[in-house]
Amino acid sequence: MSEFKQIGRSFSRTDGLDKVHGKQEYVNDYQPTGLLHAALKISTHAHAKIKSIDTAEAEAASGVQAVITGDDFPVTLGLYMGDHPPLALHKVRHYGEPVAAVIANTEHQAKNAVELIKVKYEDLEVISSPTDGLKANAPLLHENMDEYTHIDAVHPEPGSNVANHTKIRKGEAAQAIADAEIVIEDTFSFPPCDHVAMETRAVISEIKANGNVVIHSTTQAPFTVKELLSFNFDIPVGKIKIIAPPIGGGFGGKAGIQLEGLGYLLTKAADGRPVKLVNDREEDMLSSPGHIGMEAKVRLGATADGKLIAAELDYHFDAGAYADYAVNVSNAAAISCTGPYDIPNVRCDSLCVYTNHPFATAFRGFGHVELAFPIERSMDLLAEKAGIDPVEIRMKNAIKEGDTSPTQSLMDANTGDLRECIKRAAKMINWDQGSFIKKDENKVIAKGFGLLWKSPAMPPNTGAGAIITFNKDGSLNLHTGIMEIGQGSKTGLAQIVAERFGTSPENIHLVQEVNTETAPHDWSTAASRSLMMAGRAALEAADDAIDQICRTAAIPLRCPPEDLIVEGGRVFLEDEPSIGLPLDDVVHGYVYENGNAIEGQVIGRGNYIARRLSGIDPETGKGRPSLEYTLGAQAVEIELDLNDYSYQIKKAVSCMDVGKVINPNLARGQVVGAISMGIGLARSEGFVFNSREQVVNGVLRDYKVLRYGEEPEYEIDFVETPQGDGPFGLRGLGEQGIIGIPGAIANALSRATGVKLNYIPLLPEDIWQSVKEASHNDSI
Amino acid sequence: MKAYENISLVKLKVNGETRDVAIRPADTLLRVLREKLGLTAAKPGCENGDCGACTVLINEKPVKSCMKLAVEVDAGAEIITLEGIKNSIIQETFLEEDGFQCGYCTPGFLVNAYALLKEHPDADDKLAKEWLESNICRCTGYEGIRNALKLAQEKLK
Ligand code: FES
Ligand code: FES
Repeated sequence: MSEFKQIGRSFSRTDGLDKVHGKQEYVNDYQPTGLLHAALKISTHAHAKIKSIDTAEAEAASGVQAVITGDDFPVTLGLYMGDHPPLALHKVRHYGEPVAAVIANTEHQAKNAVELIKVKYEDLEVISSPTDGLKANAPLLHENMDEYTHIDAVHPEPGSNVANHTKIRKGEAAQAIADAEIVIEDTFSFPPCDHVAMETRAVISEIKANGNVVIHSTTQAPFTVKELLSFNFDIPVGKIKIIAPPIGGGFGGKAGIQLEGLGYLLTKAADGRPVKLVNDREEDMLSSPGHIGMEAKVRLGATADGKLIAAELDYHFDAGAYADYAVNVSNAAAISCTGPYDIPNVRCDSLCVYTNHPFATAFRGFGHVELAFPIERSMDLLAEKAGIDPVEIRMKNAIKEGDTSPTQSLMDANTGDLRECIKRAAKMINWDQGSFIKKDENKVIAKGFGLLWKSPAMPPNTGAGAIITFNKDGSLNLHTGIMEIGQGSKTGLAQIVAERFGTSPENIHLVQEVNTETAPHDWSTAASRSLMMAGRAALEAADDAIDQICRTAAIPLRCPPEDLIVEGGRVFLEDEPSIGLPLDDVVHGYVYENGNAIEGQVIGRGNYIARRLSGIDPETGKGRPSLEYTLGAQAVEIELDLNDYSYQIKKAVSCMDVGKVINPNLARGQVVGAISMGIGLARSEGFVFNSREQVVNGVLRDYKVLRYGEEPEYEIDFVETPQGDGPFGLRGLGEQGIIGIPGAIANALSRATGVKLNYIPLLPEDIWQSVKEASHNDSI
Repeated sequence: MKAYENISLVKLKVNGETRDVAIRPADTLLRVLREKLGLTAAKPGCENGDCGACTVLINEKPVKSCMKLAVEVDAGAEIITLEGIKNSIIQETFLEEDGFQCGYCTPGFLVNAYALLKEHPDADDKLAKEWLESNICRCTGYEGIRNALKLAQEKLK
């Protein structure tokens, strides 16, 4: 029997009824009066000088209010590094980059006028990969890198295309590799791709008569947006209001600053009138940021019996044209560079390299899904070379309490039980029944394993807040800065507060929309931190409110406040429950019969700030940047057709240690959804570029995502080793399910074909090619 | 190319009500529903026929409303959007089985699944795939949607 009433229960989502009746409103559903519409002219070149932009005809077109280009507002914005003009300035750096914008009375007028803008380009040499960008004679994408403002934690290398370089130096990696009995070395890669949130990004911006800037945005990070707008445009931060209704999928893609800077310029050009800008799908994939690409070189050293002793890791990220979140993705990948393995000697150089690709931002898994692909493939290669079973070698090296992370911080008592996760995942996938089974002449069944770990990559002073107010009937309103992005955190928060109040989550009213003017400050709904951090804040707010309730009630009840408890909508003496008051008599102040009133309304406040975190040393990476680590193990079973190398992912399993499951159905939904995105990355998702670095699959007809009926059977399990500082012992779980999957699929397909497949996406024609090349090489 | 601009007045029968609406010939049904009639349940996800977020019913058949010009809709044809479907079994089972997360694909999926259940209440996996693979959901990994469909089929028996 559980000690909890609301925690660990699959309470249904607080936003459910609206969502299944089409009543949930998203930014693009709003049509304020007086609304103008904007449309973008985007670049057809990946790298070119802008010779001229002729806007005369567009300006004269019917319904047009204004046409703006980069020259009108020569500013550069950025999340961590100010390298990004909202409209291209003098040159374009990626295919799809916005070069001009039209504001008109209607959207079709704006779009028609865009067609009338004439841009003359002069092609420049393109950078098509990190390798390309790191060549000594590579063209410089950002000649003025040294002039860009950036935060201290980012280390750009002006005069090169390196936007950030993170170093990890733990022990003596080179020496340990030289001493190792078994060494494997290989390279791995994947191209940039896209989040494909079903809702494309949108913004409605307006400047009020008093200069206040009001922006409705599809954002995961309304407060970050507000602060960056203030910083970049020199607007007092209090004069900016971001309104963020629930969003139609984020996956990291809406975590930075996106269209809001441009949105501000649009309304500015239109005399402050409200202007709506909505990405079409192609713009959302190409003009707005996507998932980072990577080229990795891994060298692992181990003892003869497969115990890891060293890793040398070179992670070269394809940031695309602008730094955005990519500089922190590469940083996060360095911080967690080894994956969840205990390795005493580590060198990692993680470079974030500019290329002429659409730029990258946060993506579910943030650095960890990227590093996990080369690492998990390498673990299988090591297992093969050592002649040890892939599950056994993971078991042997899995990180545990008392080990140290690549940043040399101690894995403390809150470290999850990774070995238990591995055991359960192996059982779910029936590993002991064989990982390679020849079904018949044409079909092979193979299994692959992948471990995961993830910590939130966030500033060390990240905090969250919660406010609880009351309605006359004693029900609660919970205000936080957490965004509803589909993950259901608000439902989880309601359960946490309901547990404390001994009431049902139905009595907790949630403010679904975040308004930065009224919500408590919150860093960002990202990094799978919401339930942990805002959960802590909500618990504190609940306790604060309960204190106030007891204090007020103690006066008419004539008892010490500490003898009172709150439960079931009442405050009463714990040892004599019949003596008490309904909450509605207390929460707005107690009123005596003669009208005298005391104490006033209850307002609960709570906050939480990450504890004892630090940045990392720029030379060694030493530090304590990680709030917590969620650990887990995943595996897949695939069936490959040897005739054409088409395959199906039959089963995907996952077990992770999340500390405490607050809502089992929602937790499962997060993991399953994340796995399906991991399958997408491994199976089909990647931008295809032509020789001029134009994206040739920038629409959903050509860019293949997982469809209904292609999903595997999912089997999900959780281990609950409590996180001491997490509310009810929980830790993050929203992103994690993606992390081990690409490696697991590549491992399974490598096993099935007998050929090293060190890249994703694994399209059947590419597998065929790899098999052909391998057999060709063998025959030489 | 010059788009034909003249505004014309048409009658559309939506969710049981006949509405007069002034449209441009190039306006898609999706845009008319959302921007002229305030029925925003159907969503633009691609406006290119690839994602199904815009699905509505025309005479009980699911149609991608981004691919249909409003002027093309036959006079008197019954258009049903998610706003016109209330408390159906499939909505109930979407709630029970977590057939959604962010909810953006949900109106399209629900309308499509609703029509499927009407026309083929016993649809097997293959047929369900044929119908529903035209819609993309990025959040759920389809597990909740599949379970919701199955549960609805059971409840309808
Ligand atoms: S919006 Fe109609 S199919 Fe995507
Ligand atoms: S619920 Fe988000 S796309 Fe389906």
